[in-house]
Amino acid sequence: MNAVTAKKGFWGTVWEYLTTTDHKKIAHLYFIGGGFFFVLGGIEALLIRIQLMKAENDFLAAQTFNEMFTMHGTTMIFLAATPLLFAFMNAVVPLQIGARDVAFPFLNALGFWLFFFGGIFLNLSWFFGQVPDAGWTSYASLSMDSSGHGIDFYLIGLQIAGFGTLMSGINFIATIVTMRAPGMSFMRMPMFTWTTFVASGLILFAFPPLTISIFLLMFDRLFGSQFFNVSMGGNTIIWEHLFWIFGHPEVYILILPAFGLFSEIIPTFSRKRLFGYSSMVFATFLIGFLGFMVWAHHMFTVGLGNVANALFAVATMAIAVPTGIKIFNWLFTMWGGSLKITVPMLYALGFIPSFVIGGVTGIMQAVAPLDYQLHDTYFIVAHFHYTIVGGVVFALLAATHFYWPKMFGRMLNERLGYWTFVFFFVGFHMTFFIQHFLGLWGMPRRVYTFLGGQGLDLGNFISSLGAFFMAIGAVILVVNIVLTTVKGKKVTVNDPWGDGRTMDWAISSPPPVYNFKQIPLVRDYDAWWYEKMKGNKELPPSEPLQDIHMPNGSIIPIFISLGLFIAGFGAMYVPSNIVGDGSPWGVVVLVLGLALMFGSMLVRSLRDDLGYYIRKEELEDDVERGGKAI
Amino acid sequence: MKKWQLSLVFLSSLLLAGCGEPYLSTLHPAGEVAEIQFNLLLLSTAIMVLVISTVVIIYTIVLIRFRRNKENENEIPEQVEGSNKLEVVWTTIPIILLTILAIPTVIATFYLGDTSGMHKVNAQGEREAVVINVRAHQYWWEFEYPDYGIVTSQDLVVPTDERVYFNLLASDVKHSFWVPAAGGKMDVNTDNENTFFLVFDSEKAEEVGNIFYGKCAELCGPSHALMDFKVVALPRDEFDAWVSAMQNYEEKEPETDVAKYGKELFEANSCIACHAITPDDTRPYEARLAPNLADFGNRTTVAGFLEFNKENIKKWIQNPGEFKPGNKMYDRANFTDEELDALAEYLLTLKAQE
Amino acid sequence: MSHIDLTGKFTIHNWPERPEIATQEGRNKLVGLWLFLGGETVLFATLFATYLALKNRVPDSSHPLTQDLYSLPLVFVMTAVLLTSSLTSVYAIHHMRNFNFKGTQLWFAITVLLGLTFLCLEIYEFYHYVTDYGHTFRSSAFGSAYYFLVGTHGAHVAFGLGWITALLIRNAKRGLNLYNAPKYYMASLYWHFIDVVWVFIFSVVYLMGMV
Repeated sequence: MNAVTAKKGFWGTVWEYLTTTDHKKIAHLYFIGGGFFFVLGGIEALLIRIQLMKAENDFLAAQTFNEMFTMHGTTMIFLAATPLLFAFMNAVVPLQIGARDVAFPFLNALGFWLFFFGGIFLNLSWFFGQVPDAGWTSYASLSMDSSGHGIDFYLIGLQIAGFGTLMSGINFIATIVTMRAPGMSFMRMPMFTWTTFVASGLILFAFPPLTISIFLLMFDRLFGSQFFNVSMGGNTIIWEHLFWIFGHPEVYILILPAFGLFSEIIPTFSRKRLFGYSSMVFATFLIGFLGFMVWAHHMFTVGLGNVANALFAVATMAIAVPTGIKIFNWLFTMWGGSLKITVPMLYALGFIPSFVIGGVTGIMQAVAPLDYQLHDTYFIVAHFHYTIVGGVVFALLAATHFYWPKMFGRMLNERLGYWTFVFFFVGFHMTFFIQHFLGLWGMPRRVYTFLGGQGLDLGNFISSLGAFFMAIGAVILVVNIVLTTVKGKKVTVNDPWGDGRTMDWAISSPPPVYNFKQIPLVRDYDAWWYEKMKGNKELPPSEPLQDIHMPNGSIIPIFISLGLFIAGFGAMYVPSNIVGDGSPWGVVVLVLGLALMFGSMLVRSLRDDLGYYIRKEELEDDVERGGKAI
Repeated sequence: MKKWQLSLVFLSSLLLAGCGEPYLSTLHPAGEVAEIQFNLLLLSTAIMVLVISTVVIIYTIVLIRFRRNKENENEIPEQVEGSNKLEVVWTTIPIILLTILAIPTVIATFYLGDTSGMHKVNAQGEREAVVINVRAHQYWWEFEYPDYGIVTSQDLVVPTDERVYFNLLASDVKHSFWVPAAGGKMDVNTDNENTFFLVFDSEKAEEVGNIFYGKCAELCGPSHALMDFKVVALPRDEFDAWVSAMQNYEEKEPETDVAKYGKELFEANSCIACHAITPDDTRPYEARLAPNLADFGNRTTVAGFLEFNKENIKKWIQNPGEFKPGNKMYDRANFTDEELDALAEYLLTLKAQE
Repeated sequence: MSHIDLTGKFTIHNWPERPEIATQEGRNKLVGLWLFLGGETVLFATLFATYLALKNRVPDSSHPLTQDLYSLPLVFVMTAVLLTSSLTSVYAIHHMRNFNFKGTQLWFAITVLLGLTFLCLEIYEFYHYVTDYGHTFRSSAFGSAYYFLVGTHGAHVAFGLGWITALLIRNAKRGLNLYNAPKYYMASLYWHFIDVVWVFIFSVVYLMGMV
């Protein structure tokens, strides 16, 4: 291995990505993987809206429609939003804290491949014609009732992807705890690093309940256990509790990093320090903490009793306080600043009012008796799209433009970026604003059709029209990415936006494989801004120029993930499965898959992996060529 | 952006007032429960609009005043760290607003969750309130009046201007019982019986011809969207008349030849094995596999959602899978047109009262 | 960071006091493992909650309940064996820190033997319930919850045994160094965690099952 990347040809590049443990390349993988599933989920959304364009439409059959929205939700949450956020966490967090890589590069790669194979597993259901159809929440009574292997694809696919997410969560916390550059105290950490830290903590504590709940349902469906079989003493409400104990923190896992991204973008383009940094950190923690206390607000109508409903209603309202703090802090970051309306900033400006609407409708649903009306209607569909699209997707689109030069070394076309924003923003509000009212007018969610003459026709038509606008915006973005990759303007400077504040903007775009030639010394919050204001052209080093230790690449993560993937197919066809099409071969495949997984893990454990060194001389060469170093 | 926001507020007030059908919309509350919930909607909306406008005002000022332009291009703004005063302000005010919202929330939660009234008995030891056991099945509703010994389905008959209590239980998968105009929903679980009450206002009922729309609000399979039912809200005396008619329900021999033939078909094809045709079905609910057809002739809809006419009855009998995919009757039958005619004719004779 | 020859030859003199965290990798691993155990704690907490929700939930009275099933003497022996194995792994780590490779290997080997004994007793216990009481994974929700909770713990024990055994064999010929010292330490930490979980199983499942 060599620090200087030689020309490798197409297959060489592919091999490099398959075996990479470099956080920057893994970021690319997450971006491509997440982007692919985002497009897939978007197409599913479009088909949903086409079906609901007019009353009693027959564009999609009832069963297909249920499959479509189940896959749309599952894909968007687990396979698009989460990995896309991981892409930016991987690309940016190590740079922001002045590290050369994450704490566990191997695990990082493993996390990606598990996500990828899990996503593929889930989507293979389309080719088997047995697609998950019980909603992304997959409530136990309906998912036990579902015919075919659809639910099994959901369970096993999410289990595999979930393991990957859990690993990445652990990895980011460990990285942020142990790998910060000298001088980077916790209270000097950039906001995106902070939110990554807290979101990873949420992953760590929220995903195990999901793992267990998936196992419960998997065992019931595949191995004949009785967890949800009421006649055998089982209880389906357990699924709802466990799912939402995971599910509610999950939405904060998505939104907190989105907050973090905007907390980078807004100060940058306001040319002003983040207002109330320490209260932002505090608010992040508080949101994360309260996120675990409110799961039952998804279950107000389940019949948990008055005391539970009242308690969870009040606890849920409490979350509005730290969220409000954040909104006002962003506003006052801009107050008195020097606002430059770039594409990322445009998304940030679009985000604030959109997310406030999503937030306040959330509070309305916290009013338990009112939620009896709103629950499971289009009102809630509108609400969570306002938070997840207006919050998370806007953040992802903003970050795509913002960090593109840092990740890929080119600038996305600004004009096309504006057009994407216009179509997406207008389409978004058109699609979802009216849905609040559809819900209030009595339209339940997850209905494959609605009858004419009940006052729901026009609203649905407007909503569907908006979806096309969003699709146009997304297509323009894809065109933009393709054009930029082919002939985009190359970035030659470290800080292409000119107003970068954190250390990621102090090194070349894209950074060299070792990130920092010398680990920097952090002297203040917004380390790079501080140095710029001092008139410095680069970060002060905290160590002399010396050999750099780097992790080796490895193909083993793919084999571990593949093993689990194969085992998943085996598990689905064990003789005791609920569908009744199992065979002893299922057990054989299950065992072979697990053997491949554990075997690969064993190989990994038994072989010493000591990494390699980039020699000091090579680093000096890099400097002379003026290319790849600081 | 400001104009856009304002027009949204304008548009929303328009929507709140104008649209939505009174038999379906939560914005036309038709009873005490829906009224309480509607008032909470208004209160929370008012508070939330206040919050949104505050944000929008600051936001607009920021956008107008602090844009970067040619003159100030190279200026570096003051790097403010924060302001404790402001932080306290925007922590305290939301807490106050939320408290204003939380108090009625808690009160209403306990008020609406109090079903002790269903156990109240009069001097004769008879229950005072009307209690209805709702049994949800894929994709139809059964309504059992335990105190009257009546079982019916798809059309829920209730008295107006008094609390009607419901016991909810599902036979197969989870459903959710929702009459938007009369009040919020309650889940119909497979595990345990849920209990709640609704009130149907007589004036509002009159406005909509005594019929409110009910829906299943929890995904329960392919035909979830069509798992509708109708609520027939009658003044107390009419309700009592209905009850006694149902209690004294007599199976009449059909009069016309066509209907007689229909009855033969109904029995010969073992429709009768699942569909009871009298309201006094005493089997346990698990054994009641299909909608009770007593008083079918007075139904408001076919299969809960189709317009009630002979054509639709015939279509439904021949081809239920096309209307409600995944239904548990059968996908399609092979009756001749004559047979369908007879069956429909017969079913239309099943009436408790004219 | 200057070069540290992780797999080089060490002596008692240049052996660090805390070899498991003498390197950046070691420190990372320690933090990572603690985090992992944090996640595992939530995992087991979920299992306990599920168990408590479904405890004694059986379709009819022909099915055995906790009081009918559990026999404290056997469980007590299992507890004693597993807790002892935790102690022996402490000895092993003590020797590792003193650069006594033989002691490390020996005490870890004893740990493995004790763990194996525990596992055999557990398998016997399950076998007993299944054959004598018809209490299986499929016989009731209670059965499913019981075997899932205790079985997951058993699977963790088995995994720990495999882990430590692999370490013992892999390093048998090359002695201690700064590359494998953290690995030994992490394995022992994991082993302690399994013990702690068992203490909870002992209290929540067995003791609370007697009343």
